[in-house]
Amino acid sequence: MNSKTGLTLLRVVMWVGCLAPAAWLGAGALLGWLGVNPIEKLTHVTGMTALVILLVTLAVSPIRRLTGWNPLIKVRRPLGLFAFFYALLHFSVWMVLDLGFQLEWVAEDILERPYITVGFTALLLLTPLALTSTKGWIRRLGKRWATLHKLAYVVTGLGLLHYYWLVKADVRLPLLLIAVFVVLMAFRVQKWAAKRGARRGRPANARATKEPVSAGAD
Amino acid sequence: MIIRSRRRSDVASSEITPEDVYVNRRSFIRRAAAGAAVAGFLPTALSACETSEAGAAASEGPKTGAAVGNGVPAPRDQEVPARFRGMESELGEELNSWEEITTYNNFYEFGTAKSDPSRNSGRFRPRPWTVAIEGHVNKPGNYALEDFLAPHTMEDRVYRMRCVEAWSMVVPWYGFPLKDLVARVEPTSAAKFLEMTTVVRPEEMPGQRTNVLEWPYIEGLRMDEAMNPLALLATGVYGTDLPNQNGAPLRLITPWKYGFKGVKSIVKIRFVEEMPRNTWWMTNPREYGFYANVNPEVDHPRWSQGRERRIGELRRRETLMFNGYEEEVGQMYAGMDLKRWI
Repeated sequence: MNSKTGLTLLRVVMWVGCLAPAAWLGAGALLGWLGVNPIEKLTHVTGMTALVILLVTLAVSPIRRLTGWNPLIKVRRPLGLFAFFYALLHFSVWMVLDLGFQLEWVAEDILERPYITVGFTALLLLTPLALTSTKGWIRRLGKRWATLHKLAYVVTGLGLLHYYWLVKADVRLPLLLIAVFVVLMAFRVQKWAAKRGARRGRPANARATKEPVSAGAD
Repeated sequence: MIIRSRRRSDVASSEITPEDVYVNRRSFIRRAAAGAAVAGFLPTALSACETSEAGAAASEGPKTGAAVGNGVPAPRDQEVPARFRGMESELGEELNSWEEITTYNNFYEFGTAKSDPSRNSGRFRPRPWTVAIEGHVNKPGNYALEDFLAPHTMEDRVYRMRCVEAWSMVVPWYGFPLKDLVARVEPTSAAKFLEMTTVVRPEEMPGQRTNVLEWPYIEGLRMDEAMNPLALLATGVYGTDLPNQNGAPLRLITPWKYGFKGVKSIVKIRFVEEMPRNTWWMTNPREYGFYANVNPEVDHPRWSQGRERRIGELRRRETLMFNGYEEEVGQMYAGMDLKRWI
C-alpha cells in the first residue's frame, strides 16, 4: 500500500469515526433510542466523544514519531476541529436543553460548580485553537502558532478533570482516559528533556573537545 | 400521596387485559424534545404501529409484554392496568411510565450506568427469598418471603422519587408500611435504628464483582423515621411484582429522602442501638450523609439540589423541601441543623 492510498484510507476512517457519534445521536433523537433521559444521553455522549477525539489528536505526533509515517499529520487539524465541534455541542446541549437557556442558572453553575468551571474553561481555551487552525493564521502567527497550540494539553487535562470530578463513585473510565493522557504527555516530556539535554550537552561537549585543542594550539 | 389498600388475595389488576388503548404522550414529548422538527411525523407513524400491535394482542387475549428479569411481565405502556390510568400524585403530577421506571435505574449491584440494571439483572433469582430479622426485637427470625408478607395489607402508593443526582420520577409503588413490620417484630427499648442490608450474590449481580462500592449495600433509618407512615416496604410497582432492576423482591421507599436510602433486594433488617454506617456515607461522608433528606437549600458539594429533571419532562422543576412531604415528616427534624446533618 503506497502512502497516498494509506492517507486516503486514514482520512475515511477518521471522518466516519468522528461523524458516527453525531449520526448515532441524531438518529437516536429522532427514533427515540436515547432512553428515557435523552438530554442526559446527549450530554454524556457528546462530552465523551470530545474527550476521546482530543486524546486521539494528542496521539498523532507520538504515533508519527514511532512509525515514521509523516502523512499522519494531515489528520491532526480535522481531528482537533471535530473535538471542538463535540465540545461545543456538549456545551450547547447543557445550556439550551438541560438548563433551558436560563442564563442565571448557567452563570451560577459555571461560577459555583468547580467541575463546570473547569469544563467551561477548557471550552474557552479550545476556541482560539479552532479559530487559528486555518493556513492563514498558521502563517500569520509563525512560531507563536506552535506555542499557542500547546494549549491543547491544558484543554485535555481540564476536560479530563471535569469528567473525573463529576462521576459519583465509578471512576474507572475517567481514570483510564487520564492514564492514556499521562502516557501521551510522557512522550512530550521525554522529547522535551531530550531536546534540552541536547542543547545543554552540545556547548558543553564542544567546549570540552575544543579547549584542549586550543590550549594545545596556544 | 395516594393510598389504596387491598388484600394480597385480591385479583391483581395487572392480570386484567385492558380493553382500550392507552395513548402514550410522554414518549412523544420525549422524542420531540430530543429531536428536530421531523420528529413530529416519525414518532406518530411509530406509535400507530405500536397501537395496532397492542390492539391485535388484546383481541387475541394473552398478554404480550416482554418479560424482564425475574419473568415479571412488563406491561407495555398501552397495557397499564386500568386503575392506574389518569392516576396522579396528590400534587397532580402524572405517573412515570413503566418503561421510564424500569429502564433508568441506579442499582450498582448490576452496574453503574442507568441502563445496566435492566440489562444485567436477568440472571437474578428473587425467589425463593428469606428475610432475617435480627437485633433488639422480641421476635427475631428468618422469614420466608411469603410468611414475611402474609400478615400485611398491601397498598398502592404514588410517591415522588428524587435521586441525589437531581432527577426525579413519580412512581406507583405497591407494598406495606414499614411501621407495620416494626410493630409486628416488637423492638425492645434498646433499638434506636434500623439497619437494612442488600443480598450479596456476585454470581448473579455483576456489579458486585467490582469494588465501585463496598458490598453489601447497607442503609438505615432512625426508629421514628421507620415508624413514619410514609416509609414503605415495597414489593411491586404498577400493581405487579418489582422487576429485578427495581430491587426485587423487597425494597425500602422513603420518599422524603434521596433515592439512595431506598435499599433494594433486602435480606436483613437489624434493630440496633447505634447509627448504621450506610454505604454512600462511608464512600464519601462529605457528600452523602445518613439522613439524606431532600433539601433544595443544601446543595451537593458538586451540584445544585435546588432543581431537578423530572424524567419525561424537558424543563427542570424546583425541588420541594423534603420532596414535598414536609407536612408529614418535617416535625421529625425540628431543631436539627439540616446543613450539618445531610
